Order: sequence, then structure tokens, then C-alpha cells
Amino acid sequence: MDRKKREAPKGLSPERAAYLRRKKTRRRWVLCCQWGILLLLVALWEILARLGVIDSFILSQPSRIWRTWITLFLEGELWLHLWVTVYETLVGFLLGVLLGVGLAILLWWSDFVSKVSEPYLVVLNSLPKIALGPVIIIVVGAGTEAIIFMALAISLIVTVLEMLGGFRRTDRDAIRMAATFGATKSQIFRKIVLPSNIGTLFGSLKINIGLSLVGVIAGEFLVSKAGLGYLIVYGGQVFKLDLVMASVIILSAVAALMYQGVVLLQRLVMKHKY
Amino acid sequence: MDLLRVQDITESYQAENGEIFALDHICFSMEKGEFLSIVGPSGCGKSTLLSIIAGLLPPSSGTVLLDGQEVHGVDPRIGYMLQKDNLLEWRSIWRNVLFGLEVRRQVNEETTARAKGLLQSYGLWEFREKYPSQLSGGMRQRAALIRTLATSPEILLLDEAFSALDYQTRLTVTDDVYRILKKEQITTIMVTHDIPESISMGDRVLILTSRPAQVRELLEIDFGPERTPLTCRGDPRFSRYFDHIWKELKSDG
Ligand SMILES: Nc1ncnc2c1ncn2[C@@H]1O[C@H](COP(=O)(O)OP(=O)(O)OP(=O)(O)O)[C@@H](O)[C@H]1O
Ligand SMILES: [Mg+2]
Repeated sequence: MDRKKREAPKGLSPERAAYLRRKKTRRRWVLCCQWGILLLLVALWEILARLGVIDSFILSQPSRIWRTWITLFLEGELWLHLWVTVYETLVGFLLGVLLGVGLAILLWWSDFVSKVSEPYLVVLNSLPKIALGPVIIIVVGAGTEAIIFMALAISLIVTVLEMLGGFRRTDRDAIRMAATFGATKSQIFRKIVLPSNIGTLFGSLKINIGLSLVGVIAGEFLVSKAGLGYLIVYGGQVFKLDLVMASVIILSAVAALMYQGVVLLQRLVMKHKY
Repeated sequence: MDLLRVQDITESYQAENGEIFALDHICFSMEKGEFLSIVGPSGCGKSTLLSIIAGLLPPSSGTVLLDGQEVHGVDPRIGYMLQKDNLLEWRSIWRNVLFGLEVRRQVNEETTARAKGLLQSYGLWEFREKYPSQLSGGMRQRAALIRTLATSPEILLLDEAFSALDYQTRLTVTDDVYRILKKEQITTIMVTHDIPESISMGDRVLILTSRPAQVRELLEIDFGPERTPLTCRGDPRFSRYFDHIWKELKSDG
């Protein structure tokens, strides 16, 4: 019998093309609205400030923020403060991740150590780490180290708990399968537990980059001669609210960019299947 | 001499709310190349028995002898395939198949050639670059079996290895598997819930009682030398074996 297989049409079917077009239009609309709202708010802010409805001395105003940026940029201070904050955040972040994952591995490995340390982890986790500020300053000195320490204090325990939870949730049957081949504990960790938790790791990185930034800004509030946190505190003290606002906006951009950096890294790693 | 001897195996689990007796003096032995099916009421201790033979679980008492020597821990001569395929989603089929060899640090030209041959004879070679999620249930199960066979076990333990497959796939997969195991003279123990499957593949069927499991009967299955799992299903003796096993299991309180 001459029964031909139903072939998939070459190229896109009209329905598929229409569907894709609809999706694209919709995406564009969402993006338009997002930008539109932002522009509208900024414009409203500027107009209300000019009309004197809101006090631009306290709430600042877009044009003044813009001028502040230009000044900071021309004086060459913008890059300095930006770099200090980014540098401290990255160092705190990397230390937090390395130490956190290391500790999680230790706790996964030894049931005894994990049982012993449980109450400590619970208390440390619920403690607002910022309260340790003065202690940190006295112990490590009032400098960059204290700020990095602060970032570390805030992100470390969360990383440990996140990763340990992920390690423990690893599919028991997969571990059993490895055991049937006589896998050692270290093989089970490297070949099953760790690769199953790449998702957990990136989830934790995404939380951590934000937490490290919180720690750094809190640290800069307490001790610093440079950084975005310093600019914000300084601006507040001398009633330069333009400076405060300008710094806060830069800070949001920095936070968003760092987060995107992690997302990008995740995509790269996931693409190369590990 | 017998290749495998299971001697007086007893096992109990220590749970929070008391002791659970799973196995009660289990004894049997097997010759090289033989296929043994194990059936028994659900929860009677079948998986426990396989785990002990595989060396994953120490028995409370009794011994497992392989070639006359006591087995301690996981032995490379014994391959164990669990019910779930447990393929690792982040590895390609090829790297999944090599997993057991990798763990045993036996990846070399000879063993990879064997793995390649197995993939070819099971029709999976073209799929070696694919990931488990891209394969059908039957293919995944075959890949998992190849992962175990690639380590060249003398004894293969199958724990309801085919129960997740649909009926049709199961008939063809078991037929393929049977042929390969017989050709390579691999001694096999298969736990199953499916009485027809136990008869169609087994040279003998070990019937266990409910927990704690004891050997109720060790039934010889004789279809002559030309049998295959598919052909023997049409044999008149088949339904007699079925009725017998069914009665034995049912009479078990
Ligand atoms: N780790 C364990 N701790 C305590 N009890 C267990 C453990 N593993 C199994 N058991 C109990 O031992 C008995 C036998 O379990 P096993 O898994 O060997 O039975 P099975 O015959 O394979 O069951 P199934 O037919 O459901 O596969 C069951 O009652 C089970 O609840
Ligand atoms: Mg079982």
C-alpha cells in the first residue's frame, strides 16, 4: 500500500507564524508599558517639583539628580564610589559562596557535625546580623575588612542552609543506584549530589548577591570613607538629598546588574550541560 | 559447584517503633547461567533479599557465597538494577551508560567497546548523544540495563526492572533481555509481581511467604531448551505453572 507518512510542513505553518507574531506583539506591549510607567513617574516627579507641589529640597527632583550625577562624574568620584561598593560586594559574595558551600559539604558529609551544629545554625540564622556591626568593627577594625565581614555575616548562614537543604533533598534512588556500583561517599557527592544541585547553587547565588550588597551598604553606613553607602550617609548628614537620591538610584542599577550577571552565568553553565 | 549460594539469610530492620523481621532463614543456590524468578506477597522482603545479595545491606545472620567465598560489601561481579531507571538527567545516554564503569574506574578501550556493542544490539546507539528526558520509558529502561551490563557482571539482580513499562514494550524488552542474558551466560535473579513474567523467564521460580519471608517453594520450570519468553507463553504447561503459583500465593494467609 502506498501510505505516505504525514510530513511536517517545511518552514512554519501559517497558524504557528501567527501564534509567534501574537506572542512577539504582546512582549513588545509589556516592555512599552514598563518603560512608559517609568517615564511617566519621572516626568510627574519633575513637574510636581517645579510646580512646588512637592518639596524638592527633601524629595529632590530628576533634573537635580541628573546634575548631581554629572558633577560626581566630572569630579571623578562616581567611579571611585561605585568601584568601592562593587568590589566589596563581590569579595563578600565570593567568600560567602565558597565558605558557605564548603560548610554545607562538611555538614552533609558528617551527620554528627551537622547534629551538633544545628542549634547554632538556627540561632545564627534568625539573628539580625547587622546587630553584630559594633563587634565586627572592634574585632577586625574600622575598615574595608569590617564591611566585607558584614556582607559575609549576612550571606553565609543562608548559603549554608540553602545548599545543605538541597544536598539532603537529592534523589535517594539516584544515590542508591551509585551505591550498587560501589561508589564511595566522595564519588556520590561529585557525581550525584553536586550535579543535582546546580539549580540550588544558582538559586542561592541569586539570593546572595543581593544579601552581600545589603551587608556592604550596612557596613558602609557604619564605617567608610568611600562607597555608595558612604555617599548616602554623607548626603543625609549634610542635607544633600540630591546626593542621597542619586546614590540610591545608582545602587538599584548596580543591584540589578549584578543579579543579571548571575543569571547570565547560570545560562552559560546550563547550556554546557556539566 | 554452585556459583551463588544464599545460606540461612535472616534480616530484621530496627525501626523507632520496634523490630521488623523481613527475612527468615532464606536458602537457595544457583548455577552459572541460570535464571531465577522470585515472587512473593507485596512487602514480604524481596527487595531486602536482593539488597543483601548485592552487598548494600549486611544480613542479621547468614552468608552469601560467590564461587565458594563469602561476599562482603558491594562486589564487582554482581550487578544490581533497581526498579526505577535512575538515569542522570544531566548526562547524555552515552555518559549514563558509562556511569558504572566510571565509578569503578574501569573506563578503557575494551569496556567502552563493550558498552558500544550493547547500545548497538539494544538499538540505542543512534540515541547516545540524547538526554534521558528525550527517550521513551522502554528506551530508558534498556539504557539503565546497559549501564549495569557494561560492568560485565557475572550475576545480575533485577528488582521489578520492567514493571514500569507498558505491556507491549515489556514483552519485547524482556524477550531481548532474556536472549542477551542467556547468550552471555549471565546468572540472573529477577524479582517480579507479575506471575506470567516469572514463569516465562525463569528456569526456576522462588515463591516466598508473606513477611517475614520464608522459602515456600522452589518451582522448576521446564519448557525444553528452545524456549523463549514469548513462545513459552503459548505452551499448555504455562497455565498449569500459573495456577500452581497463584494457589501457593493465595493460600498464604
Ligand atoms: N529501611 C527500612 N527500615 C525499616 N523497615 C524497612 C526498611 N526497608 C524495608 N522495610 C520493611 O521491610 C519489609 C520488607 O521490605 P521490602 O522492600 O524488602 O519488601 P518487598 O517484598 O520488596 O516489597 P514490594 O513488593 O512492595 O516491593 C517491609 O515491610 C518494609 O516496610
Ligand atoms: Mg520491593
